[in-house]
Amino acid sequence: MIVGLDMGGTHVDAVLIDKGNIIDVAKTPTDHTNLFGSIWKTLNCLLKDKDISSIEHINLSTTISTNAIVEGKIAPVGMVIESGPGMDPSFLACGKENIFITGYVDHRGREIKPFNPEEIQEAVAKFRDKDIKACAVVAKFSIRNPMHEINISRLLDDEFSPVTMGHMLSGKLNFPRRVYTSYLNSAVYYVFKSFCESIRKAMKKENINVPVNVLKADGGTISLDAGQQYPVNTILSGPAASLMGALAFKPGDKDAVFLDIGGTTTDISFVADGISLFEPLGINISNYNTLVRAIYSVSIGLGGDSAIHVEDGEIEIGPRREGFPMALGGSVPTPSDAMIVLGLLDFGNKEQAVSAMKQIGDKLGLDVKGTSEYIYKKMGTMIKQEVNHILDEINSKPVYTVKELLYGKKLKPQYISAIGGPAKALAPLLEREFNLPCYVPENYEVANAIGAALAKTTAEVTVLADTAEGKLSVPEMGLYEKIDKNFTIYEAKQKALQLLKEKASAIGTIDKEFEAEITEESSFNMVRGFYTSGKNIRIRAQIRPGLLYELGGANND
Amino acid sequence: MIKAKNKLGLVFFPAFDWAISPTHPEREERLLYTQDQVFEEGIEDINGIKFYNPDMATVKDVERVHFCVPDVMTRVTQSHLISAGGAIKAAEMVMEKDVDKAFAIVRPPGHHAQRVVYGDRGFCIINIEAVMLENIRQRFGNKKIAIVDTDCHHGDGTQDIYWNDKDTLYISFHQDGRTLYPGTGFIDEFGGPSAIGYNINIPLPPETGEEGFLYVLDNLVIPILREYKPDIIVNSAGQDNHYTDPITNMKFTAHGYAELNHRLNPDIAVLEGGYSIEGALPYVNLGIILAMAGLDYSRVKEPDYDPEKLRQSHRITEYIKELCDKIYSCWRRKDDIQRETIKNKQYISRSRNIYYDTDGIRETQTQKFKVCPSCSGVNTIQSRSDLGYEIFAVSIPRDACKACIDEGYKMYEEASRGKYSKVYLQDKVNDVFMSK
Repeated sequence: MIVGLDMGGTHVDAVLIDKGNIIDVAKTPTDHTNLFGSIWKTLNCLLKDKDISSIEHINLSTTISTNAIVEGKIAPVGMVIESGPGMDPSFLACGKENIFITGYVDHRGREIKPFNPEEIQEAVAKFRDKDIKACAVVAKFSIRNPMHEINISRLLDDEFSPVTMGHMLSGKLNFPRRVYTSYLNSAVYYVFKSFCESIRKAMKKENINVPVNVLKADGGTISLDAGQQYPVNTILSGPAASLMGALAFKPGDKDAVFLDIGGTTTDISFVADGISLFEPLGINISNYNTLVRAIYSVSIGLGGDSAIHVEDGEIEIGPRREGFPMALGGSVPTPSDAMIVLGLLDFGNKEQAVSAMKQIGDKLGLDVKGTSEYIYKKMGTMIKQEVNHILDEINSKPVYTVKELLYGKKLKPQYISAIGGPAKALAPLLEREFNLPCYVPENYEVANAIGAALAKTTAEVTVLADTAEGKLSVPEMGLYEKIDKNFTIYEAKQKALQLLKEKASAIGTIDKEFEAEITEESSFNMVRGFYTSGKNIRIRAQIRPGLLYELGGANND
Repeated sequence: MIKAKNKLGLVFFPAFDWAISPTHPEREERLLYTQDQVFEEGIEDINGIKFYNPDMATVKDVERVHFCVPDVMTRVTQSHLISAGGAIKAAEMVMEKDVDKAFAIVRPPGHHAQRVVYGDRGFCIINIEAVMLENIRQRFGNKKIAIVDTDCHHGDGTQDIYWNDKDTLYISFHQDGRTLYPGTGFIDEFGGPSAIGYNINIPLPPETGEEGFLYVLDNLVIPILREYKPDIIVNSAGQDNHYTDPITNMKFTAHGYAELNHRLNPDIAVLEGGYSIEGALPYVNLGIILAMAGLDYSRVKEPDYDPEKLRQSHRITEYIKELCDKIYSCWRRKDDIQRETIKNKQYISRSRNIYYDTDGIRETQTQKFKVCPSCSGVNTIQSRSDLGYEIFAVSIPRDACKACIDEGYKMYEEASRGKYSKVYLQDKVNDVFMSK
């Protein structure tokens, strides 16, 4: 048996799954003053009278880190930033204290100028003055050569904790994002650590001795211990949980649109050949661009409870919510009211929904039914327009080879999967609008918890080899070592897969989950003068994100 | 998040799977380190900077500019069409006001490609700026355009294409042709009979540094542009004046390129040459991107930058001052020079030998321009290459009068297929291209 738990803004949902069947679900309201308490209460409720000894693992999707960042309840951070030549780095200041130091490593990982230890001593003094505990050290091109970050962090280690090093968070190039990601990691470290400690304590008390994993924004999991070290990876895992949940009901290897239609917003995601699409670089949170790998998700201000107004004789739906639907005692008409009038949703006071539609209809010269149908249809049109717009963007994303430009894959959805309160009511409309089948899973109220339960561990490694320099770098693992001049792309791929396996077991992968793949590979001849001086090899490998297994019996296919 | 002052479109297409040959300077690796630098700086996250994929230029786009022998698809690869298409995309974004400025960082380059194309010259087969400009002129109306070519080599192809077109002012900075390929670009190459003065060459001595380039810009180029009042300024942004470039002898820097771009303030920049792929390109391209976006570029410096080593000699400074005075006075006298040149002539011809260094082809050609009082005049090219081709091409200019149009068609019809292996007609008024 496995347990999935999703801590949402309004509810904590939990689900118990055994061999692809949902055994039980539990739901409790989220107490924002005691998030850990809410989780524990829901788990207790789910596991009451269950055979705890047959639980294999517990997967949590939590908003602890997200909330800490969004609400600004984060620790002060001392930043050491080595920017080298390029853009003026002053815009990167993000911690309580930012020290910009000299020193520079170039794009091939060659040290152009060493850092100055005296500048680090100054940083230490300043951090100490401001009573800062958490630090981060980030250098330009540190993924090509992390030695500056490693050596600087050694000088800070005795006095500060954590000392996040930029190169450990991602193998992708983007110095500003590396700075922000490292900053956020240190900033949420203590909040997340205390959450982890509470979980461990409670588990011990209840005598539950199973691995606990946390969900990441890329729809995969990591062990609680690994999460504690790099908590930034746990931000914004909600859309990931919902996509994974929806995927559990509609597996397959086609392209598809996934919609999570809520009260306030609709989240739009995609799968390509059955695999979820990722943000190209990483997710954005509170105006910080990060390198946190995340499922691509666009949130639009359109949901069942979106406020409807008439502007210049035209109906405007959203983008804000102004309270409950009128059927539930709100003061502004909503799409939910329209769907209640049309008999597609059944809750609240239908008369109040009718008067909501009358209020709009009077301004437009339409009757109640006509108004409701108009609003219902308009919602479908808005979703379709937005999806098409996003698809255009995705399909025109920059490519860098002639082959990709001429023959690259274009995303072309074959079906829609919709979850959320109004999903079922909107499904027939979406089918017509998109001319595609639209599936609404049965247990969609707990889709996020299901997604969390079934998510597999994910990990990524980047192997960069420069045979002219005779150096190899694996940033996410802090590896920087010598290689032979004859090192080949084949060896680089083998190395990537082997390291990925090591990394995976360190963060909690069980053997049957391990399905590694090479996601990017290139090898450039470096020519100096008229002779090949070496090869510049770049490999990225990942554990294929996905589900432990698909759900049986619960599909509405 | 950082915000650009100017909305900037980047068509960044490194063509990582295309090379002239594995060890040729124009190879897969050429923009690799530029991409590293651009990605690492987080350029794509700057609010106001947007990346675009190139479009593909069409055969028709190419035929508006060139006479490819025997035809376009025999001479170009898809990479050439993508490179020109990248330039077109950049210009289109500017014309449609999606962005304020655009930079096409594409390869291969194009400024050595002349009107007639038998093969590859100086790594160029089609002139990507010219293909771009003639495409947007067809779609957005004829514009007065200035091309400022900052490549270290003389842009002899662009000069040839716009030789007789005073709607296109061509200004080229380059290392003196007596010391560098293609050996042209002297100050007396001043434009065809209808555009005398609208082709300006500034041959600079080897070892010219930042000071010299900026002096030429401030004291010659910008005053001329101010008088010419172009609708669009294009920077043909070759980067081989850099002090680390392996095939030239100048002392220009990344910061200098950024400063030059900032002062020139072009609407569109298109990458041309530049083969110091590691020491220069990442920094020069970053500098130009920041300058075009209106962002601070003062910290863009090469790892081995040393201002002392890069200082230009006093002798060069003095030489450049005199050169600028001389060229500027020619520009001021351009109408007189035109009158003296034309006098009562009805046709003006010029004959040239052209060498295709990359492909090893020799061409001899004669261009004949009609001196027409009401338009730029129909003109023809007779050309022979040592590949065995002999061609005759008629070109009707964009502003052609009825008489010149009729004359052009008549010449095309009368040209005998027996004598030539190919006969072409390029009618820029009606956007028609024919060959037989």
